[in-house]
Amino acid sequence: MESVTGFRRPAGGTNPLNAWDAYGSTVKRTPKRAPVRIDHTLTEVTGPAPGAAEFGPSVTDLTHHAGGEAVGERMTVSGFVVDEDGRPLPNTVIEIWQCNAAGRYAHPVDQHDAPLDPHFLGVGHAMTDADGAYRFLTVRPGAYPWRNHKNAWRPPHIHFGLFGPGFATRLITQMYFAGDPLLPFDPIYNSIPDAAARERLCARFEMDLTQPEFALGYRFDFVLRGRDATPMET
Amino acid sequence: MARGLTASQTIGPFFHHALIHDGLEVLVRPETRGERIVVTGRITDGDGAVVPDAMVEIWQANADGRYAHPEDRREDAPLDSAFTGWGRCRTDDDGRYRFETIMPGPVPGRGNTLQAPHIALTLFSRGLLNYLTTRIYFAGNPLNDTDPVLGAIEDEAARRTLFATCEEGGDMPVWRLDIRLQGDGETVFFDV
Repeated sequence: MESVTGFRRPAGGTNPLNAWDAYGSTVKRTPKRAPVRIDHTLTEVTGPAPGAAEFGPSVTDLTHHAGGEAVGERMTVSGFVVDEDGRPLPNTVIEIWQCNAAGRYAHPVDQHDAPLDPHFLGVGHAMTDADGAYRFLTVRPGAYPWRNHKNAWRPPHIHFGLFGPGFATRLITQMYFAGDPLLPFDPIYNSIPDAAARERLCARFEMDLTQPEFALGYRFDFVLRGRDATPMET
Repeated sequence: MARGLTASQTIGPFFHHALIHDGLEVLVRPETRGERIVVTGRITDGDGAVVPDAMVEIWQANADGRYAHPEDRREDAPLDSAFTGWGRCRTDDDGRYRFETIMPGPVPGRGNTLQAPHIALTLFSRGLLNYLTTRIYFAGNPLNDTDPVLGAIEDEAARRTLFATCEEGGDMPVWRLDIRLQGDGETVFFDV
């Protein structure tokens, strides 16, 4: 018998509501029954740690593809991956994907009438370093329309996926830009009840991260679930 | 220093070119220990319509019940250097997910319990603001009767939504578990 220490439950209001009719796709896909809460076992405190073996070498520069340079406002997004206690999470993968500067994804399902950019694929992945730090170079994504409601527009956003230390720390999220005028109208962003949790999804512009004559700098930290205080016998 | 958690958002419909890579749905290599199996099933929504734009990930122990992770420190169950226990796939146009893997061994539960062989499954899609988590168990395994997580599900019919059934006859056993997101026969999901 050995002990496992589970991960803390998210504070109420931090994660989106599941049943959220303002986002139409939830209506037929959200389970009606409440999920069954289970205490963490070895299955949930362990978890996958894919990296170069699964995804290939890191791709942190999204601005060059197919022999040319992407169109758009160059920006870096960088920060740290930490847990709720502020402990850095080194050597964990971050996956990134986004539309181009005109608001179009290099994805066959995206039919928005905005130009594709042959030099922007909009996908990559990075491993955090020993301090939990990461950095991507990309272009600022455009806004784009979707059919959720009349005159619906997604605010510019970048998708990220992280694993963290355990099965229970998996995170897929979207990063937005502080002060964006579309945020108050976006049902996906506003599915999060807690205003502070919403604001934490907004990258912050920082002059100190901005490189002269090259790229604007945005700071965005990822905070994954921390540990319960008390180990449990397994 | 206490930090506020980063919230979940939907994976959306435009992830495939970034996240789906050939081979991630095959967890076995020639030298992997254990019984080769296929786990597959179809995902449907509250109208019974297939969900063709989901991403499914699985996490499981190896044939000896050991997780390839530093927090599984048991020395009585050996690691398998040819098995990470993680896989990922997209659902196809028919709403199907499919993995080639091995039958996991039983792993310890809390207290002095033993968990029946199971595969933890995470499901992402457009319309899911938070991902869903469930488990695949294997119908007919005698350890199912005493599995502590299955025991937490009071309704017998609900518990059965987690039992994959075996179809023999091909190259390897095919364990099938359909996932119903909503409505009649709704799959049990876990709050982990």
